[in-house]
Amino acid sequence: MATVIIPTPLRKFTNNTARLETKASNIHETVEELTLNFPDLKKHLLDDKGRIRSFINIFVGNDDIRNLQQENTTVQDGTIISIIPAIAGGISIKK
Amino acid sequence: MLIIEQKPKQLMTEDALTTFPDECCGFIFGAEDANGDRLIQKITVVDNSKAGDKTRRFEIAPLDYLKAEQYADDNGLTLLGVYHSHPKHPPIPSETDRMAAQPWFSYIIISTLDDRTTHFRSWRLNEEEQFEEEKIADYQFT
Repeated sequence: MATVIIPTPLRKFTNNTARLETKASNIHETVEELTLNFPDLKKHLLDDKGRIRSFINIFVGNDDIRNLQQENTTVQDGTIISIIPAIAGGISIKK
Repeated sequence: MLIIEQKPKQLMTEDALTTFPDECCGFIFGAEDANGDRLIQKITVVDNSKAGDKTRRFEIAPLDYLKAEQYADDNGLTLLGVYHSHPKHPPIPSETDRMAAQPWFSYIIISTLDDRTTHFRSWRLNEEEQFEEEKIADYQFT
């Protein structure tokens, strides 16, 4: 089974569980399983069109799935899947 | 309520001032009690990885985020949020800050009006995904 690491700010939606095991074979199935088991996670992981939100990064090992096969990236026994919130911001650029 | 121990506050102040006029950023760690009050005990300074103008934007690389989660695990601390500075601007979150903000995290913003003066405020998203100010209390030795 693969392991999904839930980032601290989203653990309130997974009953404070930091690590979850999954039998999913790719990232799409992993996210689907997560949002089925923890419905309150859905709006934080997916946008209105059901795609992974731009402010969420998913890494397989140390690699961003955007540089692999996106949601079709396969996972195997022992794979570590990290959900990583984008951390960014700054002052308003309005003049 | 957020309480910041003296050492992490000093380190954040130094980071904000030495990084001025660019934005600084980093992670805050500590503990949350049963009332939801948070004590900041440690910080880690992180490179602002934003390409281009760092005087108005900050970004933390995903692998630096993973290191922060690992640091919390290794030290028996909770990753409580993020700090960053607003050079020459008030410590009030922008729409850019809100768009990228995560639930539950505390967002400390340090206003640096020049290379000597800082002003701290902290914010958290509410259920409507709008920022609400989180009171920062003075740290008292016991």
